[in-house]
Amino acid sequence: MIRFARSSSRNLFHRVLNRKFQYCSDSSMAVQCGRRRKDQSSGFFWPTCRFESTEAARHVDQLYLHNHDDQELDFPGGSVPFTKEMRFMSESTEKRVPCYRVLHENGDAITPPNFNQLTKDVAIKMYKDMITLQIMDNIFYEAQRQGRISFYLTSSGEEAIAIASAAALLPDDVVLAQYREPGVLLWRGFTLQEFANQLFGNKGDYGKGRQMPIHYGSNHHNYFTISSPLGTQLPQAVGIAYSLKMDKKEACVVAYFGDGTTSEGDFHAALNFAAVLRAPVIFICRNNGWAISTSIEEQFRSDGVVVKGQGYGIRSIRIDGNDTLAVYSAVRKARSMAIRENMPVLIEALTYRVGHHSTSDDSSKYRTTDEIQYWKMERNPMDRFAKWISNNGWFSQEDELNHKTTVKRQLLEAIQNAEKTEKPPLSELFNDVYDNLPKNLQEQEEVLRQTRKRYPQDYPSDVPL
Amino acid sequence: MASVLRRSQTVLNSLCRRQFSASPDGNLTTHAGKSMNLYSAINQALHIALETDPRAYVFGEDVGFGGVFRCTTGLADRYGKDRVFNTPLCEQGIVGFGIGLAAMGNRAIAEIQFADYIYPAFDQIVNEAAKFRYRSGNQFNCGGLTIRAPYGAVGHGGHYHSQSPEAFFCHVPGIKVVIPRSPYQAKGLLLSCIRDENPVVFFEPKWLYRLAVEEVPEDDFMLPLSQADVIREGSDITLVGWGAQLSVMEQACIDAEKEGISCELIDLRTLLPWDKETVEASVRKTGRLLISHEAPVTGGFGAEISASIVERCFLRQGEQNINVLHVVRPFSSLHNPIHILLLCLCID
Ligand SMILES: Cc1ncc(C[n+]2csc(CCOP(=O)(O)OP(=O)(O)O)c2C)c(N)n1
Ligand SMILES: [Mg+2]
Repeated sequence: MIRFARSSSRNLFHRVLNRKFQYCSDSSMAVQCGRRRKDQSSGFFWPTCRFESTEAARHVDQLYLHNHDDQELDFPGGSVPFTKEMRFMSESTEKRVPCYRVLHENGDAITPPNFNQLTKDVAIKMYKDMITLQIMDNIFYEAQRQGRISFYLTSSGEEAIAIASAAALLPDDVVLAQYREPGVLLWRGFTLQEFANQLFGNKGDYGKGRQMPIHYGSNHHNYFTISSPLGTQLPQAVGIAYSLKMDKKEACVVAYFGDGTTSEGDFHAALNFAAVLRAPVIFICRNNGWAISTSIEEQFRSDGVVVKGQGYGIRSIRIDGNDTLAVYSAVRKARSMAIRENMPVLIEALTYRVGHHSTSDDSSKYRTTDEIQYWKMERNPMDRFAKWISNNGWFSQEDELNHKTTVKRQLLEAIQNAEKTEKPPLSELFNDVYDNLPKNLQEQEEVLRQTRKRYPQDYPSDVPL
Repeated sequence: MASVLRRSQTVLNSLCRRQFSASPDGNLTTHAGKSMNLYSAINQALHIALETDPRAYVFGEDVGFGGVFRCTTGLADRYGKDRVFNTPLCEQGIVGFGIGLAAMGNRAIAEIQFADYIYPAFDQIVNEAAKFRYRSGNQFNCGGLTIRAPYGAVGHGGHYHSQSPEAFFCHVPGIKVVIPRSPYQAKGLLLSCIRDENPVVFFEPKWLYRLAVEEVPEDDFMLPLSQADVIREGSDITLVGWGAQLSVMEQACIDAEKEGISCELIDLRTLLPWDKETVEASVRKTGRLLISHEAPVTGGFGAEISASIVERCFLRQGEQNINVLHVVRPFSSLHNPIHILLLCLCID
């Protein structure tokens, strides 16, 4: 106490606090663990031990433990210690939550990766898929510029998150993505032709040409169809995870979303539901600094997204989203915790959207080229991983060139095919609204067909009857 | 005013005492069963749904202990807290969660505590549940989702415990909207909704939860969706309504009969997709149509019915003798007697 009073500098104050925290951190665990309400009939326990808690989390724990008196308030959910000190919880922690990484920028492992699961084959596939993703982005972006498709959106700068997280999952894990994660589908074997079919909205598009480009979906790949409204997939992910849990499946749900999306009510609903209902779901936030033109400073006041997990009682981690190995190992660990312990996990992956938001956006209007260049050149996720695998002697420049040539050729072929393939027939305008076509829609379809007969020139000629 | 009030009291009393008819001829004895009220009929349907399908779940705010209207009484004890459970107080979460659960091949039966509080879930219903199958090209669907919500005026609910929001949902292709009028109907329709392969919003007339009593078979039975029910046949005028309003309209028919007017009363039951054919056939016969609902008149579902019937019976066939009257029942604690006033208007 005396020491607090004497420290005038805020920094010093906190350094001292931190030291004291370390000192009593074990006893704090002991106090928290296993304490439950005496008349425990509802089955709800006060959250027990915290695992791998970050420094910030420990900080918060200590604030409330260093000066409580002996009495406790018996309260629903578990007893609460009293304190005579009027102390408001800080709106933020002194230090930002650190960011977990495995690789240096130069591709050297900081600590030798202690996961033996990453085999050479998997590592090579990861890198190859990242290259494929990059080629897809370049060529499809161009196709949009040429007016061949109506819209596109790249993963540029964020390749590691989608590919490495997908690699850490198993095929039975169910994916609910936002829209900037086609890398997950690619990893799971969605072909270039399948991508092209969706973008061109032809007969081969599983979505039957109904949605804008990039709204992929494939039940064969356990990848739910993308929906434009942001955040809606998050509470749905909890329902799916609950079903997996009830079926005792060795699988979890992985839900992806951006930093901007964390401001949607559905994000908060989902975290709360997942924690309360103990649903095995991994929430992966791609914090890429921007939501179209809105920077994260304008999006939230908190230290990013990771700190929101604890408010809902969710184990959380912040990782370097441009470090392929950090993403891979964190998602692997999260997966095993989610399934073993029936619980949600929140991962905040720090990254950067190197491209424009979409083909409808020009980001030079709201951010500097220096900022983009920095992330593109110095924090490039692919360069870093490339260095690591080539240092391992797993992938040569020649391998890379060969792969690029093959993918480019396959992709151009896929685009040509997709362009030639006919559009879904008119009836698909009405099918699948319900399981069967109800009378009102039959009637509307009939009216449309009559009108089309009378005014054929006003209807697209490439849509078969 | 005093006489109106007295009259409204009489009407209310007669409504309260009266057993609600369920069969076309109003004959109660056609379904042998137990005499029960509407919430018990709902409860029985939920029991059957959980019993007959191990993949059925019931969840929502306070459903664990039986729900604020007692519709989920006994379910958690019988089927376990994993299948019947409370959720956090968050409607968008409840419906979003339900969509995910249904998408895995489960029967997700979600309760929204009052229809007045369904709006936070509007996006999940309109943009997600309704479009889930369509946008995926039928690769995924959430057809197992049923959203139950008590709706309508009870006389003391004020603005936020009285609304009839059905019209908002009737504008959304991809969902079905169903409203029962009596215990028998509630049980049979709810079971159909739960087992239907499309997401359904099922509005329960909370005014009738305890008030309406009729014979309901105890076994597992279903009533067809998208099929209107001609409650009483008549030749001078067609009356169309749904849910609690039908009890008001039924009384109006009885009173009108005394004045020599023969009324045909139709319960739409499913509002989306609705049974135009039955209404059209009736209007062709009577030449007059009166639609009555509790919800505000502007943009109400009555407008859809009158537009469709005018188009079918008048514009297309050139029949000219169609009169359409649209009556509503506003809601406010203070102005409850007005509900009944409107009953008089129906008769006029
Ligand atoms: C509910 C909703 N509001 C607004 C939009 C329009 N919109 C599309 S993407 C986007 C920004 C999303 O940013 P973020 O979540 O950070 O993802 P990122 O694009 O950075 O990957 C907005 C506002 C939308 N699709 N849905
Ligand atoms: Mg973003």
